[in-house]
Amino acid sequence: MYLFQAFAIIGSLLLFFIVIDFIRRGLLKEKYSVLWLACALVITVLSLKKELLDTVAGYIGIAYPPSFLFLVAFIFVLLINLHFSVVISIFHEKNKVLAQEITLVKNALKEAGIDTAGGAKKDDKGLPNG
Amino acid sequence: MNPHSILIIIPAFNEEASIANVIASVRRCVPGADIVVINDGSTDRTRSIAEGLGVVVLNHIYNLGIGATMQTGYKYAVAGGYDLAVQFDGDGQHPAEQIKDIIRPVLDGKADLVVGSRFLGEGNYRPSIARGAGMAFFSRLVSAILKERLTDTTSGFRAAGRECINYFSSRYPDDYPEVEALVLLHKKGFSIMEVPVTMTERAGGRSSITPLRSVYYMVKVLLAILVDLIKKT
Repeated sequence: MYLFQAFAIIGSLLLFFIVIDFIRRGLLKEKYSVLWLACALVITVLSLKKELLDTVAGYIGIAYPPSFLFLVAFIFVLLINLHFSVVISIFHEKNKVLAQEITLVKNALKEAGIDTAGGAKKDDKGLPNG
Repeated sequence: MNPHSILIIIPAFNEEASIANVIASVRRCVPGADIVVINDGSTDRTRSIAEGLGVVVLNHIYNLGIGATMQTGYKYAVAGGYDLAVQFDGDGQHPAEQIKDIIRPVLDGKADLVVGSRFLGEGNYRPSIARGAGMAFFSRLVSAILKERLTDTTSGFRAAGRECINYFSSRYPDDYPEVEALVLLHKKGFSIMEVPVTMTERAGGRSSITPLRSVYYMVKVLLAILVDLIKKT
């Protein structure tokens, strides 16, 4: 076994258990962990089964098999980042709608004669909230 | 509700220098219309000045940008059942006397959206060379897409009919929304019309478009238009 192989196995298993632990502790939602777990699993399998790594790397014409591991990891990082961008865009839209609804609801409350907390005080200082 | 209820939407972000005059001029020129100021998280006295004048002020809890600010106005217009909404800048560059000119074609059923153009007729509006080139570029591009000649696609002085208000309340571009909104409307089959207007210099505040941002502006708007053409709506 090459040193790089041991390194890859330890690294990917570590990633796998960190992700599982984060889910267990509620730091990471399952729906955002799928790509991370898939990444850890694929790299673990490829580094445990050296013949498989050599075969696949050879098949697509990569002379030095370990660099195929880097390629796989890089593709996963790209996918995870793209996933984040999509999620951020969705949150951006939802956040905007939420803020607009708060604005309209606050106005409706004001028209009904209900003052929302601290509105008048903050207004005098010219602060944006209220 | 009167037969043609009109709402003047005034987006304002730190416009304390001009907001009072803007509200006064709108009240003088279109006394029958309701006015709503959308305060997009101003940190100056915009809010207290507008509220002091007795108009409805909708306060965003933080700065959401011009697109979301206009859209809040359209949502308010839908909730209030207005027949017509006018976009009128809080910085004093739009002419209140000409609101009646841009709402007329909407009331007559000639168009769903009317844009006040600075380049139709004999206006004295002269943008800088770079800015003028950008404006001309977008006008040509949008004219080509709409197969209809438009001269001022970046003008934010607009009047929208009921259908248009409904659409904008559910979908409105985020930042630098003027050009993109036209493409979206066209895709949805709304009719767009221009009428000549004369705009004065800004009474206060600064344009949101600085030289550094203009490159971003061009790229963003261009990308948004191209994406809108292929996007399902």
